Amino acid sequence: MSQETLQATSPVTAPGLKSAGRDLTLVWYGLGIAALLAAPFFFYPIFLVKVLCFALFACAFNLLLGSCGLLSFGHAAFFGAAGYVAGHAAKEWGLPFEAALVCGTAAAAAVGLLFGYVSVRRQGLQFAMITLALAQLVYFLALQLPFTHAEDGLSAIPRGKVLGTFDLDNIFVLYYATAVVFLIGFVAMHRMTNSTFGQLLKAIRDNEPRAISLGYEVHRYKLMAFVLSATMAGLAGSTKAIAFKIVALTDVHWSTSGSVILMTLLGGLGTLFGPVVGAAVVVSMEDYLADSGLPINAVIGAIFILCILLFRRGIVGEIQHRFGKR
Amino acid sequence: MSMQALFGQLLVGLINGSFYAMLSLGLAIIFGLLGITNIAQGAFYMLGGFTTWMLFRWAGIGYFWALLLVPVIVGLVGAAIEKTLLRRVYNLDHMYGLLLTFGIMMFIQGMFVYFFATAGRPYAVPPELGGAYNLGFMFLPKYRGWVVLASVVFCFATWFAIEKTSLGRTLRAATENPTLTRAFGVNVPGLMTVGFGIGVALAGAAGVLAAPIYPVSPLMGADLIIVVFAVVVVGGMGSILGSIVTSMMLGLLEGLTKVVYPQGSNMVIFVIMFVVLLIRPAGLFGRER
Repeated sequence: MSQETLQATSPVTAPGLKSAGRDLTLVWYGLGIAALLAAPFFFYPIFLVKVLCFALFACAFNLLLGSCGLLSFGHAAFFGAAGYVAGHAAKEWGLPFEAALVCGTAAAAAVGLLFGYVSVRRQGLQFAMITLALAQLVYFLALQLPFTHAEDGLSAIPRGKVLGTFDLDNIFVLYYATAVVFLIGFVAMHRMTNSTFGQLLKAIRDNEPRAISLGYEVHRYKLMAFVLSATMAGLAGSTKAIAFKIVALTDVHWSTSGSVILMTLLGGLGTLFGPVVGAAVVVSMEDYLADSGLPINAVIGAIFILCILLFRRGIVGEIQHRFGKR
Repeated sequence: MSMQALFGQLLVGLINGSFYAMLSLGLAIIFGLLGITNIAQGAFYMLGGFTTWMLFRWAGIGYFWALLLVPVIVGLVGAAIEKTLLRRVYNLDHMYGLLLTFGIMMFIQGMFVYFFATAGRPYAVPPELGGAYNLGFMFLPKYRGWVVLASVVFCFATWFAIEKTSLGRTLRAATENPTLTRAFGVNVPGLMTVGFGIGVALAGAAGVLAAPIYPVSPLMGADLIIVVFAVVVVGGMGSILGSIVTSMMLGLLEGLTKVVYPQGSNMVIFVIMFVVLLIRPAGLFGRER
């Protein structure tokens, strides 16, 4: 990512603005939570569940790109692998909702550790190519391992009950449970970005040789960020698997990795709320296009092209730029 | 297992290796000159296959003319795309180039799926190359031998053009130091268009060679490009001969896996990439920068 776009879109963490920024962030949080609470009364809850799952996924992707400058082209691997494990845990092992999420998320973290270990030592385009190829490995595994059921995927995954009492088959319960998961993930990632660790990642991103000369073990921090990002993508994937009762090969396919990149790009790379906005736009667009008879992938490709040529800051990035917020 | 099956699969491996070689060579040229990793390379390969099919179906133009015309057509399409789209992202981070070509790939493939659906279309082997030789230990279908031969010729010609001709020298100069090359009065932006055209033309040529073997379908290049990426990572960036050797080697290994452990055949290259990254992160022939 180029230096100037990052400066323009980096979150509100400039040293002098810290307290003002924090107040403003709290306001945004208040508005966000109010919106989360009210949303199911205005939109179809299942649609919102899908948006939230992909929003969390996009935030996880953005975490790696925004804070480390690492463009992963294989995040579907974590999303899908977690989905398969969570689905299997809920369906075959009969684990409750929460335990299934933990299993899925842990699986994504493990895959993330494995992939991160070999990929973070490479940079830029090589990193993108490696993650794409590693994700394809997961895709072929999903095609051939017995528990993923190849082309059929996992279906009829039981949703179960939250805390053993609230039945997730009620779509409002499902929505609010997803909203809580989303919020936990979102806050965790936001806190991480603003922590010392997050600052260090930014230092590495902006000037790696300098961070090395200061004695930091750069690869280790990058690996930590990679695993965290994979874990959050896994949380999103697990939630999606249980909420929609299905995991299929599309969840591990490279087109899903591309889709999450588009969400982040459209919403605004490196911005706090950009991925959420982008996810909402892309999910609604896909829902709309699915019935329109238009060539959905070609339209998405065209949006990708236009976005990169004309609209690189994304929706949230553009708004921040217009209002001079730095 | 029979020797026939073993050699048959090794031959398939060699053919796949040839396609990897042509695609990764194109990638290397484009990356060297433009600093862009062209993920749409697979889509241009598909475009090559489809143009071959369309030329025959709609204009009655046969295989050998296609072998001559299609790379030119695909190259021109590529040059047009470079002039209108890619040109605008050169001064941005490399990441945007990759994302832009990803969008181009989605667009081209999406349009072809829309108009032609995903089913494969057969393309007849040209009669001159039909039949097979009996080598004693196996039957070698003439066309398959031809594919390996033709791709070696294509790769060698490209290597020769880059290393030994004056156009190649200028191209390499522009890769090494575009500003200085420009100061000598060389039209570097024009060279970049030509370089991108040549790079995708190689993919187009691979598409022509593939048409009689693999069914021509809009998604024929979608998964191939990911394998080619893995091949490039294994070989390491920067060495033309290295990428050709790696391609052939990995193609053969893939064929061998098909005989020994068929379930693993589509994963073996990725597993090898994983191991190579553990041992030699810069790739087999790459230099640590």
